[in-house]
Amino acid sequence: MRNPKTTQKIAFFFLFLSAMLVFLPVIFIIFVIIQKGIGAINLNFLLDVPRNGMKAGGIFPAIVGTIYLVFGAIIFALPVGVLAAIYLSEYSKNNYLNRIIRLAIINLAGVPSVVYGLFGLALFVNFLKFGVCILSGSLTLGIMILPVIITATREALENVPKIFREVSLSLGATKWQTIRYVVLPNALSGILTGVILGISRAAGETAPILFTVAAFYLPYLPNSIFEQVMALPYHLYVISTQVPNIDEKIKYGTALVLLLLVLFMNLIAIILRHKFRKKKSW
Amino acid sequence: MIKIDVINLNIWFGNIYAIKNLNIQVLKNEILTIIGPANSGKTTFLRMLNRLNELESNFKMDGLIKLDENNIMEMSQEKLRSKVGMVFALPTPLPLSIFDNVVYGLKIKGVRNRKKLEELAEIALKEAYLWDEVKDRLHTQAVKLSGGQQQRLCIARVLAIRPEVILFDEPCSGLDPISTAKVEEAMLKLKKDYTIILVTNNVKQAARIGDRTAFFLNGKLIEVDKTEKIFTSPSNPKTDDYIRGKFG
Repeated sequence: MRNPKTTQKIAFFFLFLSAMLVFLPVIFIIFVIIQKGIGAINLNFLLDVPRNGMKAGGIFPAIVGTIYLVFGAIIFALPVGVLAAIYLSEYSKNNYLNRIIRLAIINLAGVPSVVYGLFGLALFVNFLKFGVCILSGSLTLGIMILPVIITATREALENVPKIFREVSLSLGATKWQTIRYVVLPNALSGILTGVILGISRAAGETAPILFTVAAFYLPYLPNSIFEQVMALPYHLYVISTQVPNIDEKIKYGTALVLLLLVLFMNLIAIILRHKFRKKKSW
Repeated sequence: MIKIDVINLNIWFGNIYAIKNLNIQVLKNEILTIIGPANSGKTTFLRMLNRLNELESNFKMDGLIKLDENNIMEMSQEKLRSKVGMVFALPTPLPLSIFDNVVYGLKIKGVRNRKKLEELAEIALKEAYLWDEVKDRLHTQAVKLSGGQQQRLCIARVLAIRPEVILFDEPCSGLDPISTAKVEEAMLKLKKDYTIILVTNNVKQAARIGDRTAFFLNGKLIEVDKTEKIFTSPSNPKTDDYIRGKFG
């Protein structure tokens, strides 16, 4: 038979290669976007409205729009998702109905984003008559990221050691007090992981906002949640495919800003998570 | 005086018949030690007395357990557990500061006054022989303490809620001999005010501090008697075999 040392080396080589294959495209994408887009970035690009048929000016309304939409989605999805996860993990019995709910959540994560867009159009825009606006778009994005937040929260709750619950209960706490004072504080960092994943998805998706909120061209900021906004991913789609003769620099610059915005919002969540983790000590 | 009266107790977890027709009494202000090999039902019995077994979904029981003449199954779990406290096998500080660990049960009960909490925490920590070692660092994380200190912290945490009965589930199994001696010393002092039930794998510990000792085997109570009697002339030969280390 073969030399075990040799097979070990071959195995190691393939493991290393696979890890690199994950790593390299990320570096490559970031490198290309920075290289092609950095030239477009300046204060004017960040803080001005699009001008001259989007061929000049900046992308400020789209940046603000995306921030609004992401925050709107999180404000809706975080409480609903966390409460639903608490119910499913801590309270629900393992019966038929709850197995269906769990299955539904798993499937919700697999629904294509354009379907969410159509759903948002039917429910929020038309049926509830919110119209094409920030509220409709945020809620649509919020529903899209619900499964991410629920799944992360459930994992976080289930990772809190059982003994902590027993200790709390044994000291006379009710189940809710135990969840409130022991389980949730120790699950926070895991919940924030869900938020991070949710932010990235909500900020980057085009299809769910296509019919529910995104404006093709709107060179001012909205005054209320019942108005349309521009959003970075949709703006990127528009200037890449719908408007001819746009400088490549502007497209890649927009992509770079979207990337940085997501990283920045994630960074906030990561810093929070780090703070909570430092407290955690088992 | 009888503090806890257990009448015809049977416990199942799914198909496992864990406690078989148990009848036993626990007297007020005694230390009742429970010895027996692994899987003999000692811990299950203990967790029955504060109803922690009910966390298992396949738990089933019948029989009657009375705490001062009250059926514990008819009390609310929270009320029962504030009367019957528990110290677990391994030190289990919550991921909080030393102070917050001690006052956890008090805060749960609604005590909010800071001064009052500080007072009660000091008393509880003194009773658990921990005060001198931690008084200058009450707000550091509890996990920074040594294992023995953590276990005494857990005792203080139970004492703070002023229970009537304290259940100790092998509280010294992870401790060195010196820490063990300190915990035992605390228990001996505590029996003046509390009724103590101690499950232990350490037969010598039972002999050292038990007033009465019960021997469990395969979910059955083999015998319960004065500790001296159990260790010198037990009435059942199985007890003698276990104490002499012939099995278990």
